Amino acid sequence: MCLAVPARIIEASGNRGRMELEGNTREVDLSFIDNPQVGDWILVHAGFAIEKLDPAEAAETLRIFEEMRGGADASGEG
Amino acid sequence: MRPEKAEEYLRRIRLAGDEAGRVVRLMEVCGTHTHAIGRGGLRAVLPATVELVSGPGCPVCVTSQRDVERMLLLARIPGVTVCTFGDMLRVPGVSSSLEKERARGADVRVVYSPLDALETARREPGQQVAFLAVGFETTAPGVAAVMLRARDERVGNFSAIVTHKLILPAMEAVLDGGSNIDGFLTPGHVSVIIGADAYEELAGRRGIPCVATGFEPIDVLEGIAMLLELIGQGRGGSFIQYRRAVKRKGNEKAWGAMMEAFRITDGEWRGIGVIPGSGLKLRDELSELDAEKRFNLPELEPVELRGCRCGEVLKGMIHPPECPLFGKVCTPASPVGPCMVSSEGSCAARYRYG
Repeated sequence: MCLAVPARIIEASGNRGRMELEGNTREVDLSFIDNPQVGDWILVHAGFAIEKLDPAEAAETLRIFEEMRGGADASGEG
Repeated sequence: MRPEKAEEYLRRIRLAGDEAGRVVRLMEVCGTHTHAIGRGGLRAVLPATVELVSGPGCPVCVTSQRDVERMLLLARIPGVTVCTFGDMLRVPGVSSSLEKERARGADVRVVYSPLDALETARREPGQQVAFLAVGFETTAPGVAAVMLRARDERVGNFSAIVTHKLILPAMEAVLDGGSNIDGFLTPGHVSVIIGADAYEELAGRRGIPCVATGFEPIDVLEGIAMLLELIGQGRGGSFIQYRRAVKRKGNEKAWGAMMEAFRITDGEWRGIGVIPGSGLKLRDELSELDAEKRFNLPELEPVELRGCRCGEVLKGMIHPPECPLFGKVCTPASPVGPCMVSSEGSCAARYRYG
């Protein structure tokens, strides 16, 4: 249940935004991070951005996710 | 997994394990780690000197049976829509589950976010919408933000049963319970919120190393290597493997929202009992959003599931196969206890991955 995934902000307006996540877009709450900007990478849990990631860090996490998806299911919701 | 990295971490693990000259017991506190360890097949590659023990960090698993029964009572009230994370759906009550209540006509809906539950209440003003708030520090801030918005926007048909829990007091209870843990892999995303510094006091006082660890098998291998080396050096303290997300200080905005909506209270844990200062409840200013009060849910007697040893599994006292029900009467298709329900439960992970 404590899984959080990296995503990229594609719209930001105050505390509300939209993110791109695994090829889909959905709403994300940005109230827990400082100065969210379009293009920022964030770590998302249950609809809330809980941390900003720097692009290199996000790329590392995404690369690991991709590798993981290559051989296994993507279980672990929440 | 990058093979050269994995091989490097395994080499460090074997070396430190040999130097320890005994079996070192490490607890993965978080259920998401339990799942990752099973999925990555890590038990098969670790040397015999390393024993991994699952901890109390599966929110669904540690929700007390009393709280589960209260959630079922809530779902049976006509006119109430219950919104829940999917993991709770199949958790067994004494005679039912949310899934069974839904089959009997209760309005039980799975949501991805507490925001979806609040949106349901806004969209369906004629319906009472109650959210089942389970989870640790990763999840509690989002729920807190939603409760504060419901109050500010006067969403009168929204409420929640709040059973959030804090992880540090549970780690202390595990140490007090005599499980002989030598080091903790601490939950990566809880650590994003509370910060690595939050573990320093416990780690220093108990002389135990804590490593905030990420959720991929390669992260877990590095976390184990770090823990074994720290144990070899006799160093307690709080360290970070999951450097791409965890900082020394946590997310102050998230923590602030949590403390604005909730107060810290005693928490009741399955199998462990009441742990002082381990629970979160709505503050008095938000008590009108408390579903237990709004619907007069009764105080129930403590209740446990017969024959189920989930409690001992959660404390790291026994491994899942030591329970007589494991794999026989209790399977993922027909779970007796919650540790067999959630994909993060240690029984379910052990059943699925061995």
